[in-house]
Amino acid sequence: MSAWAKKLLPHSRWALIGAPYLWLIVFFAIPFLIVLKISFSKLAIAMPPYTPVLEYVDNALSLKLNLSNYIGLFTDSQYVQAWLSSVKIAGISTLLALLIGYPMAYVIARLPPAARNIAMMLVILPSWTSFLIRVYAWIGILKPNGLLNDVLLALHLIDTPLQISNTPTAAYIGIVYCYLPFMVLPLYTNLVKHDNRLLEAAYDLGAKPWRAFFSITLPLSKAGIIAGCMLVMIPAVGEFVIPELLGGPDTLMIGRVLWNEFFNNRDWPTASAVAIVMLLLLLVPILIFNRVQQREIEERLT
Amino acid sequence: MNPLSRRWPTWTILGLGFAFLYLPILVLMFYSFNENRLATVWSGFSLKWYGRLLQNDQMLGAAWVSIKIAFWTATTAVVLGTMAALVMTRMGRFPGKTLFGALITAPLVMPEVILGLSILMLFMSLGSVIGMAPRGLVSIWIAHVTFTLAFVTVVLSSRMAELDKSLEEAAMDLGANRIKVFFLITLPIIAPAIAAAWLLAFTLSLDDVVVASFVSGPNSTTLPMVVFSSARRGLNPQVNALATIMIVVVSAAAFVGWWLMSRDEKRRQRDMQLALQDGG
Repeated sequence: MSAWAKKLLPHSRWALIGAPYLWLIVFFAIPFLIVLKISFSKLAIAMPPYTPVLEYVDNALSLKLNLSNYIGLFTDSQYVQAWLSSVKIAGISTLLALLIGYPMAYVIARLPPAARNIAMMLVILPSWTSFLIRVYAWIGILKPNGLLNDVLLALHLIDTPLQISNTPTAAYIGIVYCYLPFMVLPLYTNLVKHDNRLLEAAYDLGAKPWRAFFSITLPLSKAGIIAGCMLVMIPAVGEFVIPELLGGPDTLMIGRVLWNEFFNNRDWPTASAVAIVMLLLLLVPILIFNRVQQREIEERLT
Repeated sequence: MNPLSRRWPTWTILGLGFAFLYLPILVLMFYSFNENRLATVWSGFSLKWYGRLLQNDQMLGAAWVSIKIAFWTATTAVVLGTMAALVMTRMGRFPGKTLFGALITAPLVMPEVILGLSILMLFMSLGSVIGMAPRGLVSIWIAHVTFTLAFVTVVLSSRMAELDKSLEEAAMDLGANRIKVFFLITLPIIAPAIAAAWLLAFTLSLDDVVVASFVSGPNSTTLPMVVFSSARRGLNPQVNALATIMIVVVSAAAFVGWWLMSRDEKRRQRDMQLALQDGG
């Protein structure tokens, strides 16, 4: 090895760690601290439109933590309701996505290997095409004179068009539709690794298929279920585009509240406080997701 | 039991699942060829919305802005993501690795409204402290790199984790240093995964409306922002036409990415079989 390379090598190690680390700290970690700071300030008519939290005037460093934004979030019923309804919408959508996604992942994992890869590509392909356009597609389908109502009327299943668009139901459909691939993918990765001999042994010992499923397959796929549910539920809680385009004014979600505080009311401190509370509530699920993800990578390394 | 009757649940589940995933997209594409301006009432085949779209300077301008941002985002994210994946899979423990792992995976699930707001607040603070802040294209590029980096790193680290380390070790035993090993051994092997990760970052950036709405300044309206404001007002046949073009282009790109990955996978398995035969 040349002397030059020897000299460079220890530094290259730190450069390798440093470049992505620095990017994430500057553009991902520090912004949260700034949002935290702004959430403790007061709305002001200035640019930027909030009062300073940390001030240095007359040789005195003063820290003013204004809690009114947070108190407002917990006392104003609009915010509390937005919270409860976000968690409810995200939770039910996650459950529906699991109920649809699990059978799909299970069936695909049992296909012959070549067919398996094509089926998984077909599951993932829609999530590569525009998210926004997939939400937009449902506007035309769910409208009172849209395709779904036309089909149901033609089949004489209903007499009058159903009002689905601009209701929470439409938001459920949109979330399940858009996030389904994120549920199927981790479930499939898990289910495809299962050892079939375990099921065969259970059958040999006289277990009925459903019994074998509940006592072998389901417990073994726990990690996949957790990863899939987290991948769907965490972003769904903060979802903005789907309730905005499909849900109508009655679908109250926290992502919309944050958006309106920022863009319509130009209230940066309140928007920041909403973001911090959202982050705190999502912290536990995010940590669970991180651990599952980390273990997945470490498992493959060994 | 004959195989066909045992297979019906499989086909029913797959049929229903794929119908749910694909019918809305196909319906959308179908109505882009509708002559009627009410996007859901069929009154004859026509390409007129494609013609209108090609004359719509606002949409074309926004499309060009989005493509430029997506190109630079994907390129930057792939460079940083390869480094991050090497750190995650090839380096032992170092102080701060846990935080590093958390910072890498957290943007995968972080709600977009939080990402958009926080990164804008950073730019605003920079603006008031040092008097200058990135605006427009550069600020969207920075924000997009930050969240696509997570996806790129996950794709690349799972590929690197599966990679047979004995090749790299053999090269090092023969006296190659780590930098040389990376460029001569690792990089050529993971090249298809890098191409797939680049395409993923490109499509994610091309698709984002929420983060871009927060950080974009004047004169930097992206295509999703135009589509979103039009979709808020209701259906617009030009959006159907645009969507059809985008779906065709993205599906083609995704197919190429998938094909690269699966060809690589097949070659790898064949090589492994050959190696085993040689050994035995």
